Formats: sequence, structure tokens, C-alpha cells
Amino acid sequence: MVVKFKVFRFNGDTDVLPYYKEYKLEVSKEDVVLDVLNRIKWEFSGSLSYRRSCRHGICGSCAVKVNNKGVLACKERIYDLIDVFGKEMTIDPLSKERAVKDLIIDKKDFWDKYDEVQPYLEAEVEEYPTKENIVSQKEAGQLLDADYCIQCGACYYSCPSVEVNSDYLGPAALAKAYRFNSDVRDDAKLERLETVNEIGSGIWDCVKCFECAEVCPKEVNPIEKITKLHLQTFEEGVADNNVATRHAVGFKHSIQKHGLLDEGGLVLYSEGPLGMAKHIPAAIGMLKNGKIPMPWQLPKSEKLDEIKKLVKISSTAKF
Amino acid sequence: MEKLKYALYTGCTARESTPELLSSTLAVAEKLGIELELLNEASCCGASHLQDFDDHLSLVLNTRNICYAEQREVPMVTLCNTCQLNTNMTKERIDHDEELREKVNADLKEVGLEYKGVSDVKHFLYAILDDYGLENLAKQITKPLKNFNVAPFYGCHNIRPSELHQNDESPYAPDSLDRLIEICGGKSVEYDEKNSCCGFHADLQAPETAHKLSGNALVGAMDADADFMVTPCPLCHLNLDVKQGEIGHTMGREIEMPVLHMPQIVGLALGIEPEKLGLNHHVVKAVYFE
Ligand code: SF4
Ligand code: SF4
Ligand code: FES
Repeated sequence: MVVKFKVFRFNGDTDVLPYYKEYKLEVSKEDVVLDVLNRIKWEFSGSLSYRRSCRHGICGSCAVKVNNKGVLACKERIYDLIDVFGKEMTIDPLSKERAVKDLIIDKKDFWDKYDEVQPYLEAEVEEYPTKENIVSQKEAGQLLDADYCIQCGACYYSCPSVEVNSDYLGPAALAKAYRFNSDVRDDAKLERLETVNEIGSGIWDCVKCFECAEVCPKEVNPIEKITKLHLQTFEEGVADNNVATRHAVGFKHSIQKHGLLDEGGLVLYSEGPLGMAKHIPAAIGMLKNGKIPMPWQLPKSEKLDEIKKLVKISSTAKF
Repeated sequence: MEKLKYALYTGCTARESTPELLSSTLAVAEKLGIELELLNEASCCGASHLQDFDDHLSLVLNTRNICYAEQREVPMVTLCNTCQLNTNMTKERIDHDEELREKVNADLKEVGLEYKGVSDVKHFLYAILDDYGLENLAKQITKPLKNFNVAPFYGCHNIRPSELHQNDESPYAPDSLDRLIEICGGKSVEYDEKNSCCGFHADLQAPETAHKLSGNALVGAMDADADFMVTPCPLCHLNLDVKQGEIGHTMGREIEMPVLHMPQIVGLALGIEPEKLGLNHHVVKAVYFE
């Protein structure tokens, strides 16, 4: 089958602007994206630059984007991509802004954030141990495969929150924080929670789009780990009292009282009276258009007693 | 065709800040002869936020909601992407983990309920698309949305993570809404942000993030010459419609983009009165239909 590939080309040393070059290639069922890149380099343009090393989905160096889908070039089959996108594809670096040469990007921002979460085991280790430090299967299971991450960056450079907020640590670093926080041998759980807890850069700035879960070639499911970190901050009693934590907790209060949400009450509880000012413009528009029920019209669930009872017996968290 | 019957899980938003979503859904269902029984016993799904605070409680409450659909022996339909994801995520987890299911059922037993796992959970969009069928819908269209460019906005939680959805949608090239728009007589426009995030879930603590993400989508739709956007998610709708003024400030662009709920465009194409579809409740009015 013949497929048309538009490939992002840019040489940071000489080019003012990037451009796309088209290549038409006959592809077969076995071909992965890396085969295509290799053939373009060998048969059409020797200067095409991209990273690759292991060719086995292990080194994490070859991630690129095809039609905006982050992929490991050495793992992603062209035929699977044809199923979704048809026979024309655009191959881009993971981040166009950070392109250095063609598909090669500068991953400094990725690694800086990675470093921030103490991405290693913190433990007092005896210098001359006399017995093995055994981790049971069940304990190892708690990592939820977070240790499969190969730092390819596909999630980080697909994360919409990272895209608009350069402070956000992003899915890979947060999944790494969970990886060590869930390791029974580790002693730095609280320190990491302090780091990831911060508003502006941490877990509360995830917009829950689930793209990281979708894109990850190793099925690390970072958003699942981010949710676990949220839970850990409450479990360990280190959750700050701020708008984001009150928002999470406020759901319970509202459900307990009404079954459904009291949307206005939830915002008030989360923001506090002083924080309400910034919501006034939106609230006026909503009020004018019948989007805010009056207190006496607030909907309540039927069988509210049942809900109240369940909230009582099923609650496991404190704040 | 056999009459379709569902238990309608409205979620909170359709009963409060987007009442037009509920009225348009009911109007469309009535017109198409789809029977929707309101799950008035249901509680809030937790919207992924209760899930950050108390996992077990959110599982129990969501499972309880499904129990009430099971009691009626029909599938559950949802009107909100986030309700859909959180309810179905609960279902997947307890369906595949017997220990967890027993734990949840132990609590539910205290109020005389038991989860059996016999009711599917699907978003109303896919009930129309897959159960009612686009060909059948096409036959009912009396007022096609001719000459309108419509920008579909899918909303994250109907398409990601794809393993939790049985809708055959590729999150990188979803097409259900596009197909629905075309059947309703409109022209679905292509723009980069149709499958991206509106930022709703970090809106309180990170308003700038939310504004920029919603802004990118609104501007993308504008630049693709859309007359209006359409979304199956009331949370996306809230961000895109209610906050448009503030978003325009953040983006440095004047934005004037009506955003319709999925059932509203179906209703319009079926010839239902705009008033009945609640178009008057929008902050940015779709003036063409007044
Ligand atoms: S779910 Fe959160 S961390 Fe993952 S890609 Fe979306 S915003 Fe980023
Ligand atoms: S979590 Fe997955 S996508 Fe993200 S860096 Fe690790 S392996 Fe890559
Ligand atoms: S070349 Fe190593 S992961 Fe692709």
C-alpha cells in the first residue's frame, strides 16, 4: 500500500522556520513508523534526523507524533495508523516548539520536572546487609506497573495542561512520584507529597483529560497514579486546606445533604466568601438565563436517607 | 423497531446549571419514541473529584446508581461525559474485581441493594447513534440544519480512555458527532481542537489553564468558520458558553460562539420548537434559531 508522509523538517542552526516535506512510500503490514523514517533517511534524505536506539520499545528515545497521536516509532505499526487516519500522515516531533533538528527535540523541561520528584528510592540501606530485602508480590503489585515507564515523553508532550502551564510537573514525573511513593522500601513519601501537592505545578493542575492514559505505549496510566497521589495526600493528612482540596471534599458534603450537588454551595465552600468575587461575571450571566436555581428549588435525590446512610458507613477518608 | 427503554441518569448539571440539556433530551426522546425513566433516586457521580478524596465512597454511590437502573431492568443512559466515565469506570472496576465487588455490595446490603452487573451504561449520544440508528433518525428529520457550519466538540470523557468506552470511537479521530451533524443536515467543520480538553476539572484552582484550553477550542471553531459548536457534555458546555467573556479576555480575541447541546441540534432538525429545547437558557444565544 502506498502512503503519503508529510515529515516535519527543521534545522535549528540554519532555518528560520520549519517546513514539511512529502515522501510517498510503499508500506507493508510489518512496517512500524521507525521503518518508514529509516527508509526516508536511507533512500530520500540522508539528513533526516530522529532519535532511536533499542528498536525494542525499551529505551524511550524514539517517540514522535503521527497526526497528533504520540507514538513510539519502533512500536507503532503503520497499518494500525492507516486504520485510524487513512493513507496520509503527518509526522511531527513530540513538541514543535522544542525541535532542535527535524524530529529531535530538547527534552530539558521533561527531565527537569522528572528530577523534581526525587525519582529514586530513598532508604537507609545497611552497608553490609546480612539478609535480602524482600518485597512480596502483593507489595510489588501496589506499584500498578508505574515502574514500566521508559521516560519516552509521549504523555508529557501530549498533556494539555503542560501545554498551557509550563509549571505543571506533568504525567510522567507524577507517575514516577507514585512509583516510589508506593514502594514499601521508600522513606520519602511525605516529601514527595509536599512537592506534588503544590497548586500551580502539582496534582491539582491536572485537567483529567485522560490523554496520558491513552497515549502511553507502556500502559503506565499516569492519570490513575495522579488520582492515587490525590488520595495519598488525604490519607497521610498532608492535604493543604485550599480551593482544590475543599472542592474534592465539598462533593461529599453536598451529596450527604442533597444527594445531588448544590453547585453554587460547592463553589462557595471551595472558594470561601472572598474567593467568590471572581465568579460574579459568570454568575450574573447564569442567573439571567435561568442557570442558577433558587435555594428552595434546589434538586434533591429521592431516598435521601439511603444516601445519607451510605455516606456514613462507606466513608473512608478524613479532612 | 422495538421501543427503546432506558433509565435516565441526569447527573446534577442537567438539573441545575444546564436545565436546557434535560428539557431537550426529554423532547427528543419523546419525538423519537424512546422511553426514558428518570432515575430520581440517583446521587451525584462525584465528577472525578470525590474520587480524589474517597475512592470507596465514590464506588459505593456510583454502584448504587447503577442498581436503580438494574431494578428497572433496562440500560442506563447518561447525559454528561463525566458522569458516563465515572459510572462506567466504577462498573468496569467492580465487574473485574470480585473482592472489590463484594466489599461494595456489603455496604449496599445495609440499604437493601445488590449490584448484579446486568445494566449497561451508555451516553445518550451513543443510544441515538448505535441503538436508534442514524438511518432511522435520518427518516425523521424535517428541518435539516441546512447551510450551517457546525463544530463538533467531543469532550474528553466520552472518548478517553478508549478502553472504557464501547463506542468504537478513536480518540485521535472521533467521528460520531460529525456523523450526527451531517445527518441533521449541517456541515461538520474540521478543526484541531475537536477532541481536546476544555479544562473544566481544574477550573477553580487553575482558571487560566481552563480559560486557555477552552479558548483554544473556541478560537479553533471560529477560525474554521463554524456558526456554532455542539457538545455532548454539559461541563464542556458550561466552560465554553458561560465563561466565554472571560475566555475572550485571556485569549485577546473577541469571541462570540454559540454552543449547543447534542440533543438540541437533533431536536432542531426534528422540528421541535427552539423554546422547548431551552435555547433561551444559553448565555451566548444561537440567534439563528429564535
Ligand atoms: S490526565 Fe492530567 S496529566 Fe494526563 S494528560 Fe490530561 S492533564 Fe495531563
Ligand atoms: S508514562 Fe508512558 S508515555 Fe509517559 S513517559 Fe512513561 S512510558 Fe512514556
Ligand atoms: S528505539 Fe528504543 S523505544 Fe523505540
